[in-house]
Amino acid sequence: MVQDMRLIELKGISKSFDGTEALSSVDLYIRKCEFITLLGPSGCGKTTMLRIIGGFEFPTTGQVLFEGQDITNVPPYRRRVNTVFQKYALFPHMNVFDNVAFGLTLKEAGELVPESRRARNFVDAWILKLQHRRALKKEIATRVNRMLRLVKMNGYEKRSVDSLSGGQQQRIAIARALINEPEVLLLDEPLGALDLKLRREMQLELKAMQQKLGITFIYVTHDQEEALTMSDTVVVMNNGRIQQIGDPKSIYDEPKNAFVADFIGESNIFDARMIRDYRVAFCGREFECVDAGFGEDQPVDVVVRPEDWALGEAGKGALDGVVESTIFKGVHYEMMIRLDSGEVCKAHSTVMENVGSRVSLSVVPFNIHIMKKMAAEPPSGEAMEA
Amino acid sequence: MKRSYYASPYAVWMVMFTVVPLLFVVYFAFTGRDGAFTLDNFEKFCRPMYVSALLLSLKLAFFCTVICLLVGYPAAKFLASRDFSRRQSFVVLFLLPMWMNCLLRTYAWVSILEDTGIINTVLEWLGLPRVQMVGTEGAVLLGMVYNFLPFMVLPIYTVLKKLDHRVIEAAEDLGANPVRVFFRVTLPLSMPGVVSGVTMVFMPAATTFAISRLLGSGMFWLMGDLIDYQFREISMASGQNFGSALSLIMMVLIILSIGLLRRFDPKGEGGGMW
Repeated sequence: MVQDMRLIELKGISKSFDGTEALSSVDLYIRKCEFITLLGPSGCGKTTMLRIIGGFEFPTTGQVLFEGQDITNVPPYRRRVNTVFQKYALFPHMNVFDNVAFGLTLKEAGELVPESRRARNFVDAWILKLQHRRALKKEIATRVNRMLRLVKMNGYEKRSVDSLSGGQQQRIAIARALINEPEVLLLDEPLGALDLKLRREMQLELKAMQQKLGITFIYVTHDQEEALTMSDTVVVMNNGRIQQIGDPKSIYDEPKNAFVADFIGESNIFDARMIRDYRVAFCGREFECVDAGFGEDQPVDVVVRPEDWALGEAGKGALDGVVESTIFKGVHYEMMIRLDSGEVCKAHSTVMENVGSRVSLSVVPFNIHIMKKMAAEPPSGEAMEA
Repeated sequence: MKRSYYASPYAVWMVMFTVVPLLFVVYFAFTGRDGAFTLDNFEKFCRPMYVSALLLSLKLAFFCTVICLLVGYPAAKFLASRDFSRRQSFVVLFLLPMWMNCLLRTYAWVSILEDTGIINTVLEWLGLPRVQMVGTEGAVLLGMVYNFLPFMVLPIYTVLKKLDHRVIEAAEDLGANPVRVFFRVTLPLSMPGVVSGVTMVFMPAATTFAISRLLGSGMFWLMGDLIDYQFREISMASGQNFGSALSLIMMVLIILSIGLLRRFDPKGEGGGMW
């Protein structure tokens, strides 16, 4: 489904606001019909990046290409992208129908309904004009209704936007952005204001909509679960830099560095030492692993996902420790275990262990993820999100 | 205790200083000097001299409002624009003249425009003929616009500054160029401020008397001048009865025009004070 065609390309994009750098030399390309998610903590520059693609911010340096053409300085109203804004930004002085129709009413009349024939004289021209206007009105109504059906909001045409719930406003915002049939839809944390259940539903709906319409979605979120559920490609960002680009599974299974590992899903990150290829030491013990090429006797980070630990009787596993707390999480229990070597680690299990009891932890080599040590930087962005 | 009791001091105040005086005005308007009921005052108003004063007042107030709107809206838009960093100081500059007495400001204009004033002195110095400006409708209009412009700028500025910038961006995003953004989104959303500004300029402009007297050098009789004259010059005669009738007519006209304006701001978002 995803063709290898570069629709949008960002080349060396940097952006500073009053001397504070929000993005530093970002390179990224977006393929046609791709569902790509920009994921990161607030202040990581993801919204700025989206706004640069939308044309609301201009990069300090760098280029934005759309189908190979430079659109860096093209204003938003001449770009073939549309945006679903955070908190929707519906027009408060228009009803639902007019909100959705707004984009259409800006188009040249001839673009929507072609002129049927040439006028023979001025009376004829006048009649033609009337006919055309009526046809135009009908065409707009048809398209708006089609859009409202797509977002399941038909029947709400005459309602004022203030009278709608958050989820309904969200749907109208999507319909309004889609009516111009953009090549790319930008979504800026569109589900942020919805409750969890509605958010889950909308995630699936959005994904289905994207596949049905076959257009590119660029989606900004700080919710890693949302990113993994919906995307073809996830771009993890921090401090104005891209940390990792990949499909959800590879991002989750093979995080490139400790930031990604920590941000995507839950993880235990240990200081470790690569003894030689396929051999790593952490928590006072040597482990077999599946990674090579880090050199010999090198400091590395090791990530073990909480669900990858196998709990067992004390003394019968790789590491021993004492259960410090147990929380019921629905499907599993989440336990904090203090290892004998001093580290505290998180483990998930469907079997509950009592607080204070001694347990052992084991992990298979495949689930030990080894990463280069990160350069010293704060784990989450301190800068304000623009 | 109900919360509405807290309002009682204000209720007393309003009865004493709003309702009772209003009743007096109505009473005087419908009575003659002897205190008997009569419609003479209104009949008297129908004389051409008074009607033309009313029409002139409305005409000047209308043009003053239109000019204030045309000058004030761009000014407000400029002050409210986001990338304008010295906004605060400019707003103060706009307000500064308001803190000075209205009469003083008008006298200043007189000394600029009068036959021996600044402009004519400069013209004479350049060897050009003098121009008579004081005593023309234009001078009165200029004085009115100068005095009332801040009342137009401020409410529009307030509304524009509160405007959600994302709504503007949404319009741009959907393909609206700056002109269309303005007419389809910014202007409709700032209507409450416009309505508020129009009322706040139109009302004082329609009833002004000092400006027309000073800058019109007594050539123009506006409604304000007429009412003022009735009470000041001939208060012992039937002046207060006729003056009350004139005030009442003015009030009714203003209420009607505000009623019309409210159609553009049904929710009263522009302050709704009038």
